[in-house]
Amino acid sequence: MEKQISNFIRALRSAEVRVSTGEALDAARTVAMIGYDDRLLMKDSLACVLAKSEAEKSIHDRLFDLYFSAAPAGAPSQTASEDAEDNAGSEAPQDAAERLSALTAPGNEQALASAVERAAEAAGLNDIRFSTQVAYFAQSMVRAMGGEALQARLLEALQGRTPDADAEAQRLIDVRRTLTMTARARAERAFEIFGAAETERFRDDVAATKRLSAIEASDMARMKQLVTKIARRLAVKHSRRRKRTQRGLLDVRRTMRANAGVDGVPFNVIWRQKKKDRPKIIVICDVSGSVAAYVRFLLLLLFSMKEAIPDLSAFAFSYRLKCVDDILEAHEFDAAIKKILREVGLGSTSYGQAFSDFKLEHENKIDRRTTIIIMGDGRSNYGDPRLDLFRDFAGRAKRIIWLNPEGRALWGTGDSVIPRYEPFCAQMSHVATLKDLEKAIDEVLTAYS
Amino acid sequence: MGKVTKTGYEPMTSIEAITAGLDTVGYISIPQISTAVFLAHGLRKPILIEGPAGVGKTDLAASLSKWLNLPLIRLQCYEGLDEGKALYEWKYGKQLLYTQILKEKLNELLGGAETLKDSLAKLSGFEDLFFSPQFLEARPLLHAMQQARGSVLLIDEIDKSDEAFEAFLLEVLSDYQVTVPEIGTIKANVPPLVILTSNNVRELGDALKRRCLHLHIGFPDHEREQRIVRARVDGISATLLNQLVRFVQSVRETDIKKRPSIAETVDWARTLLLLHANTLDEAFVRDTLNVLLKHESDIAAVSPAIPKMVRDATGPDARGRLASGYPDME
Repeated sequence: MEKQISNFIRALRSAEVRVSTGEALDAARTVAMIGYDDRLLMKDSLACVLAKSEAEKSIHDRLFDLYFSAAPAGAPSQTASEDAEDNAGSEAPQDAAERLSALTAPGNEQALASAVERAAEAAGLNDIRFSTQVAYFAQSMVRAMGGEALQARLLEALQGRTPDADAEAQRLIDVRRTLTMTARARAERAFEIFGAAETERFRDDVAATKRLSAIEASDMARMKQLVTKIARRLAVKHSRRRKRTQRGLLDVRRTMRANAGVDGVPFNVIWRQKKKDRPKIIVICDVSGSVAAYVRFLLLLLFSMKEAIPDLSAFAFSYRLKCVDDILEAHEFDAAIKKILREVGLGSTSYGQAFSDFKLEHENKIDRRTTIIIMGDGRSNYGDPRLDLFRDFAGRAKRIIWLNPEGRALWGTGDSVIPRYEPFCAQMSHVATLKDLEKAIDEVLTAYS
Repeated sequence: MGKVTKTGYEPMTSIEAITAGLDTVGYISIPQISTAVFLAHGLRKPILIEGPAGVGKTDLAASLSKWLNLPLIRLQCYEGLDEGKALYEWKYGKQLLYTQILKEKLNELLGGAETLKDSLAKLSGFEDLFFSPQFLEARPLLHAMQQARGSVLLIDEIDKSDEAFEAFLLEVLSDYQVTVPEIGTIKANVPPLVILTSNNVRELGDALKRRCLHLHIGFPDHEREQRIVRARVDGISATLLNQLVRFVQSVRETDIKKRPSIAETVDWARTLLLLHANTLDEAFVRDTLNVLLKHESDIAAVSPAIPKMVRDATGPDARGRLASGYPDME
């Protein structure tokens, strides 16, 4: 049973439930305490010990059902065939084939199941990681059960060319098929338990480092999840108001209050604290034709940031600028994107016009706590970039960050006016992948702490 | 004296015993809750309870202490809570006062000393006097460690405290001991049964979560909520009880800001009882909905659906039984 538990914990770990060694020990003690006859009780108890959040709990419950319901209850009954199997290597092909066909005969499911279990162990099935390995492991399991002998016997029968031999061959083919299918089903289940989460993570990693322009519509769902995850992570990290104690600056008022009980003798000295600002962020997002390849992605990011950061106002523009806070708040992601693109999207760009719109209508939103994030490629169709306005914004805001989906080599070519904006930005980054994005935004928010 | 002191945890012999015991003090448990309590006792680990407000997280601790007849020691967390308020503090005032009073006596004693060295040697003998347990003000954590028969230590709303405090708590909770530099280490003979609650104002640190058993208490199902309300509200008729619980359950399914919890159901049941309502009807519901829902926008959102919800709650339920309560219960 201990082995079952430790394997189960391995499955949990591969599904991103972080189980520490201490917890694994607790799990063992728990099972020793409550026994394992009552599956429901065991599930509740292990959930209590191993899963430490709602999300982990649901993963745990799913895996528990997969793992323990399917694993043979208790020790598999000792059957005669088991002894025979232990010397599978030494027995004659004839016997092996006979034994296997006996296993697959109807009514022998229990024996077959335990044989498959043992073969699974011999083949190291618990190491399965990817769905492409299912076939390989199924093969190894069949081999471990004595498949080669069966194969040899089958070849022999095929060469016989008599009606009897043909019937024999057909029978052996059926046996082989049953074995393979059973092994395959077992391998698939193992993949569900041990590998599925791993594969997901692998795909996430790939998606996170994929170039944003190369992301296809089919990746959007995954991206959406990933971005939501990132946004949540950033929110957790940055949403708290922090204070920093300044040593050496006495807070006289609070010190006197704190020591009033001891006759004003300053036992407890209280230093002045400096409160750190909560980030206030304005995002201006280019949704014009030139960034069409990234637009969905930029908006996705905008959408997630809006959910994660309370003090955020979002604007989108191509020719005219528009505040899109309402749209992002009122609609689901897909609907919101459609609406934004319909209202302001994919026209020809004018950064100058957008900035003057911003100046006209939303200038009062900038104060010294504000970080302005501009997402766009800075291709302004040879219009006036209105550097005067930009300089003005830069002077008033805490800082301006520019996230550019275009590679650095392209900056300043054609109608790109990026180099002219650059001197006013605290930071101008090339953001090509999700990882870059997370880093850039993390830096923005860290500036406040 | 001299006899080995019994701990107060003895009634917790099995999961069933815990469920039954909690039942006697009016706490309707479910297997998950009882299992967690049983394991917490067996593994000597704290339980971290999460869940929406008002589902009985704090109440579990109170009920356990009542059932086991152990002191309930409560530490309410808030931003800025520090060791001084949670663990122990020296009674500075008393120390000062005593020094003043004993001044003459001290002079007398020190008077015999010839040199500075002598008086210093004598003085160092008194130092321990002033930093002794007599001048130690025990705060909840230390207090809980000192209980001879054990205690139920409730650390309420841990998510409201600072990260620094959380880290400090780790040490106390893993060894059940407290170190006072001037005195030494005070170890609990009988470790307290620790219950932490969190409303998820912020994400708790991983380390703390790993040290605790995790229990999530959600909204109760129909049967359990009925039993809870029955235990809390005397003299409620089976018909009304069934109808109002069904109504509350359907309100929970709607998309509102703050879903009513058990505490609200109980309040509402009391209100209806006060108004002598025998069955649920639309007018009653409209008049008293503010007991159940605490946001104006929630009331507005639910209002249009009231007639249908009342109809559903008073009509035959999903299992075809008429809403006349469960005569088989009690």
